[in-house]
Amino acid sequence: MLTTLIADIKNIAKEVKQSQLSCLPLLKIDKDYLLEVCRYLFHKKHLRFGGIIAEQDDTRRLYYLFYLNKDQKALMLEIEDEVSPRPIPSISTVIHGADWIEREIEDLFGIGFRGHPRLGDFVIHNESWGKTIKPMRKEFDVKQPLYKKAGIGPDFWKPIRIVEGQGVFAMPIGPIYSGPSEAVHFMLETVGEEIIRAKTRLFYKYRAVEKLAEGRSVSDVILLAERFSGTSAFSHALGFSLAVENALGIKCPKHILLLRTLICELERLRHHIARIEGICNSTGLCVATSQAGILHEELLRISCEFSGHRYLFGLANIGGLLKDISYDSCSLLAQKCTSLQKRIKRLEGMLRFSSSFLDRLEEVGIINPEQARQLCLVGPVGRACGQDFDLRRDIPYLCYDELNFECALEVEGDGYARLRVFFKEAKESIKIIKQVVDLLNNSRLDGKIDFNIENFKEKLSKKPVGISLVEAPSGAALHWVRLDQKGNIERYRIITPAFFNWHAFHLSTEGFAFQDFPIILASFGLSVAENDR
Amino acid sequence: MKQWIIEGIRTGIKTTKYPKKEDTSPGISPGRPVLTEASKIDPSICPTSAIRKKGKKTEIDYSRCIHCYRCKDDRGGKLSWEMSYEWAYFTKKGQGPLKSSFQSSIHILVVDTGSCGACLSEVELLNNPYYNMHRLGFFVTPSPRKADILMVVGPVTHHMELALKKAFDAMPTPKRVMAVGTCAISGGIFTPSFITASSVSEIIPVDLEVPGDPPPPLAILYGLLILSGKMKPKRQ
Ligand code: SF4
Repeated sequence: MLTTLIADIKNIAKEVKQSQLSCLPLLKIDKDYLLEVCRYLFHKKHLRFGGIIAEQDDTRRLYYLFYLNKDQKALMLEIEDEVSPRPIPSISTVIHGADWIEREIEDLFGIGFRGHPRLGDFVIHNESWGKTIKPMRKEFDVKQPLYKKAGIGPDFWKPIRIVEGQGVFAMPIGPIYSGPSEAVHFMLETVGEEIIRAKTRLFYKYRAVEKLAEGRSVSDVILLAERFSGTSAFSHALGFSLAVENALGIKCPKHILLLRTLICELERLRHHIARIEGICNSTGLCVATSQAGILHEELLRISCEFSGHRYLFGLANIGGLLKDISYDSCSLLAQKCTSLQKRIKRLEGMLRFSSSFLDRLEEVGIINPEQARQLCLVGPVGRACGQDFDLRRDIPYLCYDELNFECALEVEGDGYARLRVFFKEAKESIKIIKQVVDLLNNSRLDGKIDFNIENFKEKLSKKPVGISLVEAPSGAALHWVRLDQKGNIERYRIITPAFFNWHAFHLSTEGFAFQDFPIILASFGLSVAENDR
Repeated sequence: MKQWIIEGIRTGIKTTKYPKKEDTSPGISPGRPVLTEASKIDPSICPTSAIRKKGKKTEIDYSRCIHCYRCKDDRGGKLSWEMSYEWAYFTKKGQGPLKSSFQSSIHILVVDTGSCGACLSEVELLNNPYYNMHRLGFFVTPSPRKADILMVVGPVTHHMELALKKAFDAMPTPKRVMAVGTCAISGGIFTPSFITASSVSEIIPVDLEVPGDPPPPLAILYGLLILSGKMKPKRQ
């Protein structure tokens, strides 16, 4: 498949330089052919688009990632340019999902995109800064106390356009909510009960994790990777460790891979149960909320007993785990999760026959498969609208290719489909946990590995790049790491699943009643912290 | 609907007896490091300099500890851990607990100013059957006008500064502010940075701090209890 792809791309783009970038095929093309090549890959070959990675030093480079298959994993396109000549063509006209990524890159690096409908005021909120800053540029000092100096003081934000007319109301919601909710802002424009247009405004919580990482040591940055999104901490910390291992060529022993798989699935299970709790809560079904809440708390306690931390912090490490884990605690974990299985099934069964609950979810908040593909939806949200894509199965990492599990898939794309996907995946996670514990049998389980960056001098001299693709609880995540000669991080890029899914969120609310909004929001179950970084 | 009622009854009471009785169930807290006389630890192991040398003595500044576990005895460090959760303390500049006339029904406004989601999830869990803060007279309110306590979660990003200030100003006095989580108290690993404040107290006055990354629900509950004056602080 790859050879025909490359041959075709060579036909389109004339000059193509082929190489390898951390085990992935890399094609360097001229920016004038970028649109054509993207159109060919996305529309003709139906490849999934994975995101754009920007790097800027003496030259600026953009890498476009397309997912391939088990063997070749992914295809990267590279365009290289000197700093600040003509803007780069925007691919958002060809791939709608790239829209926000280009806005992000423009806001952080100041790289212009020709033909993009709207740039600016995205990650860096203009009203808070009064002037533009481009924090991801190399010359920008992350530690400067701009925060205090910004001076001009936060101003009020006004939407660029609002719908006007008789009976039209614009309702701003957030960033402070009536309960413990994450900070995000929505502008809902309604006629009567119907939402005719919705706008999501994110990045209130932008903490500049990618910038903070630059110049810091690997062992510092793994803490950042772990803590930027607390509800999927281990998956992201794992993504980071895999990327570093990939850059340095470290191979982990089998039992480490198994243990990591185990912890990933534990996290997925807890994440999904928390989302189910959120959905029950949004519909006001108290007993079900309590039941799911009990499961949620019990899973947190199980995680804490297993690892020491309720959200599985402090486990991930480069080349291994930070802690030895005994086989007994693994089998105890499997036992406890199995005992939860029955209760999860019972909860699902009861919800299925609660008509007042289903009425609020069914045929509400629909995204159809075509939209989902255009917007590159990933994770449970994507799988609920016909996107049959799960990195664990399609581009397996850790031990997933040896395990036997099913991927959820629904095509309706409504709130109920998302609920079913969450349930199905939670149950599959328990199945995987059991299998992993069976496989672990008889193997030695010390997690601690001696990792010393000094031992990799030779590799580091080339400024290696590492890429990892992991299926975080909320979908496919990409971690890109470039190390410098000393072994510090030169560039860290995280493409999170929440980023793609938030982009599509507003579509699911348009055309539905205002009262359904909280339910649609809960059924997406997206993390703002993961998006905002 | 009948089946839900039956299910509810079948589940029974899960709620903790805390604060009447200490809760010691496993897994309710990530614990925190303790310095014993014997523990000689190299402060450089700590990524946020929570462990530091003061003269000859070493001490732990819990307001900086992010539970990275690197100093723990089973992960390369030397310190043992205590499984406590009564961590909250009043700040030096704060106003202390609320007066008794407010104690029976306390309304809380929760503001997320950049948390990773874990702290927020722990706050949310206070409504969970296991903790159920309603039984103690704590309620989450949608409006700052009704709020007695402002709960701030996460390091304050520049983008959230205005919202936080507005919420604080809109609250009637007497009011108290509570910073939940290491990131809110000291910025955690997200500072120094151009976009996050090094603590909530840089923006608005803070009365009570609950350290922990994230502090477990009972730690937050303990904080609420002493801030509202329903309980005497155990140690200072
Ligand atoms: S757990 Fe980590 S942050 Fe806390 S004191 Fe120990 S080394 Fe420092």
